[in-house]
Amino acid sequence: MSAVLQNLVNQPYKHGFVTEIESDIAPKGLNEEIIRLISSKKNEPEWMLTFRLQAYEKWLSMSEPRWQNVKYPKIDFQSISYYSAPKPKKKLASMDEVDPELLRTFEKLGVPMHERAALAGVAVDVIFDSVSVATTYKEKLAEVGIIFCSISEAVQTHPELVKKYLGTVVPVGDNFYAALNSAVFTDGSFCFIPKGVKCPMDLSTYFRINTEESGQFERTLIIAEEGASVSYLEGCTAPRFDTNQLHAAVVELIALDNAEIKYSTVQNWYAGDEKGIGGIYNFVTKRGLAKGANSRISWTQVETGSAITWKYPSCILRGENSVGEFYSVAVTNNYQQADTGTKMIHIGRNTRSTIISKSISAGHSNSSYRGLVRISPTAENARNYSQCDSMLIGNQCSANTFPYIQVNNNSAKVEHEASTSKIGEDQLFYFLQRGIDTEEAVSMIINGFCKEVFQQLPMEFAVEATKLLSFKLEGSVG
Amino acid sequence: MINQNSKTLLEVRGLHANVNGIEILKGVDLTVKSGEVHAIMGLNGSGKSTFAKILAGHPAYEVTAGTIIFNNQNLFDLEPEERARAGVFLAFQYPIEIPGVANNQFLRLAYNTVQSQRGKEELDPLEFDDFVREKMKLLEMSPDFLDRSVNEGFSGGEKKRNEILQMALLEPILAILDETDSGLDIDALRIVANGVNQLTNKDNATILVTHYQRLLDYIVPDYVHVMEAGRIIKTSGKELAKELEAHGYDWINADDRGKTAGVRP
Repeated sequence: MSAVLQNLVNQPYKHGFVTEIESDIAPKGLNEEIIRLISSKKNEPEWMLTFRLQAYEKWLSMSEPRWQNVKYPKIDFQSISYYSAPKPKKKLASMDEVDPELLRTFEKLGVPMHERAALAGVAVDVIFDSVSVATTYKEKLAEVGIIFCSISEAVQTHPELVKKYLGTVVPVGDNFYAALNSAVFTDGSFCFIPKGVKCPMDLSTYFRINTEESGQFERTLIIAEEGASVSYLEGCTAPRFDTNQLHAAVVELIALDNAEIKYSTVQNWYAGDEKGIGGIYNFVTKRGLAKGANSRISWTQVETGSAITWKYPSCILRGENSVGEFYSVAVTNNYQQADTGTKMIHIGRNTRSTIISKSISAGHSNSSYRGLVRISPTAENARNYSQCDSMLIGNQCSANTFPYIQVNNNSAKVEHEASTSKIGEDQLFYFLQRGIDTEEAVSMIINGFCKEVFQQLPMEFAVEATKLLSFKLEGSVG
Repeated sequence: MINQNSKTLLEVRGLHANVNGIEILKGVDLTVKSGEVHAIMGLNGSGKSTFAKILAGHPAYEVTAGTIIFNNQNLFDLEPEERARAGVFLAFQYPIEIPGVANNQFLRLAYNTVQSQRGKEELDPLEFDDFVREKMKLLEMSPDFLDRSVNEGFSGGEKKRNEILQMALLEPILAILDETDSGLDIDALRIVANGVNQLTNKDNATILVTHYQRLLDYIVPDYVHVMEAGRIIKTSGKELAKELEAHGYDWINADDRGKTAGVRP
């Protein structure tokens, strides 16, 4: 059976796409027509189309950033297809059909049995009732007025909110990839926590109602109104395979007075093989606006996947006494490259920020921390503490630190600490000599190194993250 | 303590070893029986620390010839961690710092791993806490050490005490103390030596690798071996250490250098 036929056969019924009998894949390349097509397929209001077209206009005048410390061949943006109907994951009838390599990974990571099936793409509804889980979840949130849905759905059901906030933190022309995303994004998450509401549970993309892949241009928008708080979990420790090589997502967070948003990511996209062939280019723009007084935005990320990671989850600290935090672990192995860090832009008075960055490089990989701390003239008594630690495993990898500090107010207090260490033969031998095997030793060393970041993760994420790291680095030591 | 009926724990014959292609050990012979304390002395670069690390299985050293039988097993058949579980313990000259890993967590994992290997009961964190605090008294260590990261920010003396604490927990059959006295002031030396003395018994054995005689004032060896250029060139009783201290290593006469040493008196 040809692939096209296979696709057709496997195409499930999709609300909103019922009438699209013609091809569901747009021709390759990007132009105004394609953007109009995306917008009309998604049945978007006029303002949304305008947003996209403005972004496209900007994008045309921009060029790909080249300042980051990563190397990759030039991307041909006209050879990408920017619209295809959400691809249904191929459903497998039973666990026996799942790639044994994937099962081994689940085993190593200790992913619960029922989740393994779901993650591997086995028809989960026959194994456990995902619908009822999702529904219960949604009902519970609705009770307190929380909106949590796909961004496409939000454009239809809560256009006023999307219109008010979309692009306010990451403007359409912010950077090359953000502009591209703004022009062509297909889906993502939307989350709104109304005034005074503390979200009763961690919101996870895993339980988001729309289960199809949101594709390579994901868009997320999270708003916490006055006094609201939410913890949002993105990603999953199980590996995510995808045929799209370029991923350019945008995430915007907005915290009003006394609001708090905690955003945690575990990123384990396909990283390419041990020779560096294949793998995702993950070029992401994530930014939070601590708009209100006493607001707080906290980013925690564990980056283990992708051939190239390029992201700087940032905080704009505009409200008085607002707080920005960035806790990051970036692991690279084989030929992976990561250029990641944060920007803390202090605008309001008494704003505070903390940056804790841990990078672990193994194999032939290359990891860079790049961070900006800017204290604006208006930011009286601003404070920042940054700590960047790098760990090297083996002698083929490299780690770099590029801290940028701009202080325009002399009442500011900015501290920066950095260290580089190495898991060496001697460190490992110390464990072995006490009867502890290599695997456990590496896990313990890594865990110790990343402790300050893991402490920030929700409990179950932290446990999985620990296992994930040991797994990613398996065989790279000793 | 020398006892004719004791069991042979370690038998090293004709041991040659390289590091980075350079031969460091050039035919070491040594026999250690249960209940005995052996001191290996020698100048820097004589090969004594190399010998200690080879017994523990350090991967940087390549054994090119010779045999080592430990407790009736071919030691070369065992990986470093298996040697540790079988009862070989090395107190490191330079204990490694492990940031972020709590000492009690590390100690408990090591303890439980070795216990389970011996078919003995493992301890949960609370039980272990009681147990380790008791052992720490032996070394006059403050319980604060349990919550600190392994060896991180420890003084030289604290690191060495932490090593002997591990020895106390793991109850090795053969303990090798590599320059445990270096960097210790006299009080710390006394405490560490006292700890070691309380841990020695008729069923285990200790090898002290040291440069100076002063450790041997506190831990009295049954045999003293002098190592030079990768071989044991002289073996005698505890009085040898004193003579070395008084006359220096050059005092050993040319006759001794020529002989194949390590033969038990």
